[in-house]
Amino acid sequence: MATPPGGSHSGNWSYGPAQGQGDGSANQYGYPSVPRHRQPYPPQGPGPSPYDQPRAPRIQPVQPQRRAPEPTPAGGAGNPLVRPYAMTGGRTRPRYQLAIEALVHTTAQPHQMQGQLPEHQRICQLCREIKSVAEISALLTIPLGVARILVADLAEAGLVAIHQPGGDENAGGQPDVTLLERVLSGLRKL
Amino acid sequence: MVAGGFGVGKTTFVGAVSEINPLRTEAVMTSASAGIDDLTHTGDKTTTTVAMDFGRITLDQDLILYLFGTPGQDRFWFMWDDLVRGAIGAIVLVDTRRLADCFPAVDYFENSGLPFVIALNGFDGNQPYSPDEVREALQIGPDTPIITTDARHRADAKSALITLVEHALMARLR
Repeated sequence: MATPPGGSHSGNWSYGPAQGQGDGSANQYGYPSVPRHRQPYPPQGPGPSPYDQPRAPRIQPVQPQRRAPEPTPAGGAGNPLVRPYAMTGGRTRPRYQLAIEALVHTTAQPHQMQGQLPEHQRICQLCREIKSVAEISALLTIPLGVARILVADLAEAGLVAIHQPGGDENAGGQPDVTLLERVLSGLRKL
Repeated sequence: MVAGGFGVGKTTFVGAVSEINPLRTEAVMTSASAGIDDLTHTGDKTTTTVAMDFGRITLDQDLILYLFGTPGQDRFWFMWDDLVRGAIGAIVLVDTRRLADCFPAVDYFENSGLPFVIALNGFDGNQPYSPDEVREALQIGPDTPIITTDARHRADAKSALITLVEHALMARLR
């Protein structure tokens, strides 16, 4: 997938020591904002959808989607974290659908981050160098669906800029010829 | 997208050409699919985590190519649908000793219309079958490139990507 950011920026995109915070260390990106649980949540038995009985208060009503991720982490050893969707107030769908390869770039000034949720702050810190939604999910160890919602929140608050991948709307969002030519040229130069 | 059966070398391929070590992103599978995915053998577990490895290549100052390895379990189609949108195309890695493993990926891309190439990953440098033999076995049309590759080697992975983008470009211009 190729994502040409539409906006202007002067970011250095390379991964390097200068990135600092972005090494994806699990400890570094723990969840200090939420109580840690020693034990994984007890598994939910089959039965009514968890959407019918949200345990976290919803900030806004959302239409449950059949394919929306469920707010329960796979209960393996080593991830006794809070339910990931608690961070999103129980929402499982972002306000608009972000591509997995959409690029995110922090535009907020540091003082604007005061009082934001820690998860939002971590995303803003990470995206001082441009990152895709997939990278945010991976580097901050947030499930993809949660990362999408949090990034959409930040975009709505004007704290990050999002560069959705270009694509030809008439061709189902497939990359257009110009983009393909640029990708081909870039690959040959590698 | 880099697709193929379990253990065929998708993450190896991504790692060979990515500028970063492959990262892993996870999605949590909804319990709504519990009827589709038989999870009875996992006891009370009603969710499954779907992991995707990916890498990136900065091609130009304002152009980044992301390489997503599809989840090894090809039944997680919803993740594939997510990836296909905006994708240039797919490389279907094939281990010719386990040819059937690639059938779901080939079917998927044929149905979705996403340009794809078949890359025969020669383990230990062995290519027991020729591309022509594989083309016949898979009933792949003459328009779809079939190449040999070694997913461990950057030059091979790069060459496979170039073949794919050339193929995608031809498909768009046709």
